[in-house]
Amino acid sequence: MGRYFVKRVLSTIPLLLVISILIFAFIHLIPGDPVRKMLPKEATQEEYEQLKEELGFNDPLPIQYINYMKDLFRGDFGESYKSGLPISEIFPARLQATLALTLWGIVWSVILGTLIGIVSAVKRGKVLDYVGMVIATSGISVPSFWLGLMLIQIFSVQLGWLPTGQLDSWKGYILPSITMGCSIMGTLARYSRSSMLETMQEDYVRTARAKGQRESLVVLRHAFRNSLVQVVTVVGLQIGGLLAGSVLVETVFSIPGLGRLMVDSINFRDYKVIQALLMFFALEYIVINLIVDLLYGVLNPKIRYD
Amino acid sequence: MSETKQPVNPTPSEFMDDPVLQNRSRTREFFKKFFQRKTAVVAGCFILFLVIIAIIGPSIAPYDPAAYDYSAIRSGPTAQHLMGTDEFGRDVFSRLLAGARLSLGSALAAVIVGAALGTILGILAGYYGGILEALVMRSSDVLFAMPDILLCIAIVAIIGPGLINVIIAVTVFTIPSFARIMRSATLSVKGSLYVEVARSLGCPDSRILIKHIFPGTVQSMIVNFTMRIGSAILAASSLSFLGFGADVSAPEWGAMLSSGRNYIGVADHLILFPGLIIFLTVLAFNLFGDGLRDTLDPKVK
Repeated sequence: MGRYFVKRVLSTIPLLLVISILIFAFIHLIPGDPVRKMLPKEATQEEYEQLKEELGFNDPLPIQYINYMKDLFRGDFGESYKSGLPISEIFPARLQATLALTLWGIVWSVILGTLIGIVSAVKRGKVLDYVGMVIATSGISVPSFWLGLMLIQIFSVQLGWLPTGQLDSWKGYILPSITMGCSIMGTLARYSRSSMLETMQEDYVRTARAKGQRESLVVLRHAFRNSLVQVVTVVGLQIGGLLAGSVLVETVFSIPGLGRLMVDSINFRDYKVIQALLMFFALEYIVINLIVDLLYGVLNPKIRYD
Repeated sequence: MSETKQPVNPTPSEFMDDPVLQNRSRTREFFKKFFQRKTAVVAGCFILFLVIIAIIGPSIAPYDPAAYDYSAIRSGPTAQHLMGTDEFGRDVFSRLLAGARLSLGSALAAVIVGAALGTILGILAGYYGGILEALVMRSSDVLFAMPDILLCIAIVAIIGPGLINVIIAVTVFTIPSFARIMRSATLSVKGSLYVEVARSLGCPDSRILIKHIFPGTVQSMIVNFTMRIGSAILAASSLSFLGFGADVSAPEWGAMLSSGRNYIGVADHLILFPGLIIFLTVLAFNLFGDGLRDTLDPKVK
């Protein structure tokens, strides 16, 4: 296990390196000249050349990349062309909004998704199973941007119960986090159902039943506990993608998070911010997948790594 | 039945291996099993209906989807305009019919190209192994290290907005899933006896790959194909919704939703109908894919 741990952690380093190079290279392929954009229209060619030199755009790309990575490790992400502020100053507040939203989205969807999965597995082939799976598949299929708009229309515009996305009170989190968690809820319900169906056929479950244990105990203590491994894996993998999914939800609810920042930056061709965001999302995704992988080994001692 | 073929010394196993007979009974069995899954059948019918709409949509639309009508701007659903009109007085129902071609077509194009490339790469990687396999699989890892939607946005950010670019972006994120699945399917087929026999008889690689390996992996491909169309439609319409995809004036479903968004609370039908049709389409493809998978892969309950 120890050796696997080290090996797995080390294996992400080349992946991160390749991805950072790719992102860096791609960003520099974007058509359009950022230097020209930063200057006022009446700027002379001389001023243009000077700024270009200052920003390091005259260096060959590999040198630019190395300098960029050096700065990155010092916590310097560069400056936003649009606002002129250092990206490290823009990020924290934005990240906080996105994280809070994601967290609430995960909490409700994990609880409901697992519950639906258990009930569907126990009531296999009955009406409840059917209803549960319809909800789950709908959750996966519904476009989050449409769901968000419909929720705003019903609960904010028509009924006036909830705000449309001001995050100053807990009420503001309700609609965006419902929108955000829907697909995880669906995925989780489906996975936990099939995982439960598998464990319910295991010998130890039959033994527990034969001992005359109550059905609720059999389901929760024996079957569910053992199907938890799969559930954890699915949740982990989904969370990784969830932060990126904030792009849509934050656009619908006009929430000033990282996702909204991404869309705005693309519209303004704010390269440094796009680059920083892509790096951040990729890093976050890889790290979460790594944690899930390692956790999987801890939770399931049956798995042997060599 | 066996009299018609008359093989020399037909042993039971040889008889079972006859690909023609095996295929015929397999197909029949497949349909028998598949038709027991009511939801999947209904979903399949809906998909068929959508495909027909995509082909003949513009010609059966009651109005010209691009025609402005300033006397009926943002009117709700009426007898003349089944799903109301938009901010320029264009008929929403006609636009949805015309848009089926754009929305379904772009998703389908992306998945077909992605599936073809991914399948070729996956089969070659699985069959030849070595550097090729390492290269294909590591590249897939890199693409998988980015969430789907983010990868699409990143690609569109680089090559610019537009429907064609959205198709390219969705294609790129479709390739690795096929490459991975087809590689593992190839690995499991590669070890089977009939491939070994073909090889020992001196069959050229190209023939082995096309005649022996590919048919053995086609089930996994079909299932992933249906599943991927759903996510491709979601991704493409998401990009259009964000303003990175189809032109705002085009009747693409995501783009319609994006412009309808400005009239929330004023003209609710502009949000309800385009979104509903995206939702139902994705749902249909997912249910259909579920049914296919359950029928083709008896291991999954």
